[in-house]
Amino acid sequence: MSWDWSFVVSILPDLLQGFRLTLLVTLLGAALAAVLGLGFALMRRSRHAWLARGTGFMLDAIRGTPLLVQLYFIFYVLPDIGIRLPALAAGVIGLGLHYATYAAEVYRGGIENVPRGQWEAARATNLTMRQTWVHVILPQAVPPMIPALANYLVAMFKETPLLSAITVLELMNQAKIVANTSYRYIEPMTLVGVIFLAVSLVSVVILRWLEARFGRRFRT
Amino acid sequence: MPAPIIRIDNLRKTFGALTVLDGLSFDVAPGEKLALIGPSGSGKTTILRILMTLESISGGHIEVCGEQLYHMPKGAALVPADEAHLHRMRRHIGMVFQHFNLFPHKSVLDNITLAPMLTKGEPRAKAEARAMELLDMVGLADKARAMPAQLSGGQKQRAAIARALALQPRIMLFDEVTSALDPELVEEVLLVMKRLAAETDMTMLLVTHEMGFAHEFADRVLFFDRGQIVEQGPPDRIFTAPSEPRTQAFLRKIIAAGHRV
Repeated sequence: MSWDWSFVVSILPDLLQGFRLTLLVTLLGAALAAVLGLGFALMRRSRHAWLARGTGFMLDAIRGTPLLVQLYFIFYVLPDIGIRLPALAAGVIGLGLHYATYAAEVYRGGIENVPRGQWEAARATNLTMRQTWVHVILPQAVPPMIPALANYLVAMFKETPLLSAITVLELMNQAKIVANTSYRYIEPMTLVGVIFLAVSLVSVVILRWLEARFGRRFRT
Repeated sequence: MPAPIIRIDNLRKTFGALTVLDGLSFDVAPGEKLALIGPSGSGKTTILRILMTLESISGGHIEVCGEQLYHMPKGAALVPADEAHLHRMRRHIGMVFQHFNLFPHKSVLDNITLAPMLTKGEPRAKAEARAMELLDMVGLADKARAMPAQLSGGQKQRAAIARALALQPRIMLFDEVTSALDPELVEEVLLVMKRLAAETDMTMLLVTHEMGFAHEFADRVLFFDRGQIVEQGPPDRIFTAPSEPRTQAFLRKIIAAGHRV
């Protein structure tokens, strides 16, 4: 079997269309994970022990099961109880929910890393709770979170091929369709690998920069 | 004698099974400089933290500037204070911490102007002008734009003093403010506090292991042990002729450890 450049050119439009969808589910999933994660983090910090503990248990359960199983559940099992979701929505929810549990952990760590003395200084200078969060806690908690969150974004991007299992026409699924109709695997699969690698390499550079920029700020 | 600015009445504080303060009562007169001394674990710092509302109380009453701190009137009864009441009462009180607790993401100047701008609605220009006066007073006028991480320990603590002063509290609490400093940096902080004590009529409560400084600074010294006031009086008497064996033992130990009295 030899490499066929003209075949590459002919399948490229389909693959790029898949890649666009891959980017879309990554971005939507990340946005969902960022927001849901914050909600989970706050629930875990709740003063109500049952809520904090219940949330902790749920997060462990989600983190402790494979994303693929969760995707099957959302797309193939939920319809049994009357919840029918389009494949794209199911995929975004699956990714977002799964990575929200990791984001929650990052948020929690970031907030807990702000020393107790900062809360006390805010109180001693008579700031309100809201002012304390906005002006004292978050500006210190968020920057160290950024490299970790970006790391999960890249990890999530690389997990999007799992969505092909629930019929989302992202990059991997497009490549599979091309391969199955033409009986040629080498070009489509190589291209998928190359595209993911290209994005990952760029991401690594960005990550290193974020790490240097935000990783260890304000440590005295 | 004017009405006390702080009136502590039968104060109790427990941490779980541990009783730190058990029925403590004392008054502080307006403008008085009070030094709280005693072995660690005797409850001195807890008293300051309670006055700053950093801890809750387990029993008793505290009056600050004529109003209940942890209680508020509801009809004829007193009920536990809500956050709005605590927020209002905190205006009267400022605190300087052992570990400075400057906001590391803000310049020295912004550390000082943040609270006056947020809590009093002061315009930036006014807050900055006052901050510069305070920085001048603590000898840090040239560090206004520096970040806290660029300062020495002594400079950090002087900046923290300026931050607390910017809110113009009537009562200032100093919690072992030189304990975290290298020995050669202690003097510059004490100097600032001495000037402050001489130049203002602020009420000051000082928890310290610097007996020499307590001697010079305070109008009255309270010696604490196990959450109780064992002995109190003017510094000259406490430091030169303490009457209680526990005070004598404590001072002997401190002198043996190389602190001057």
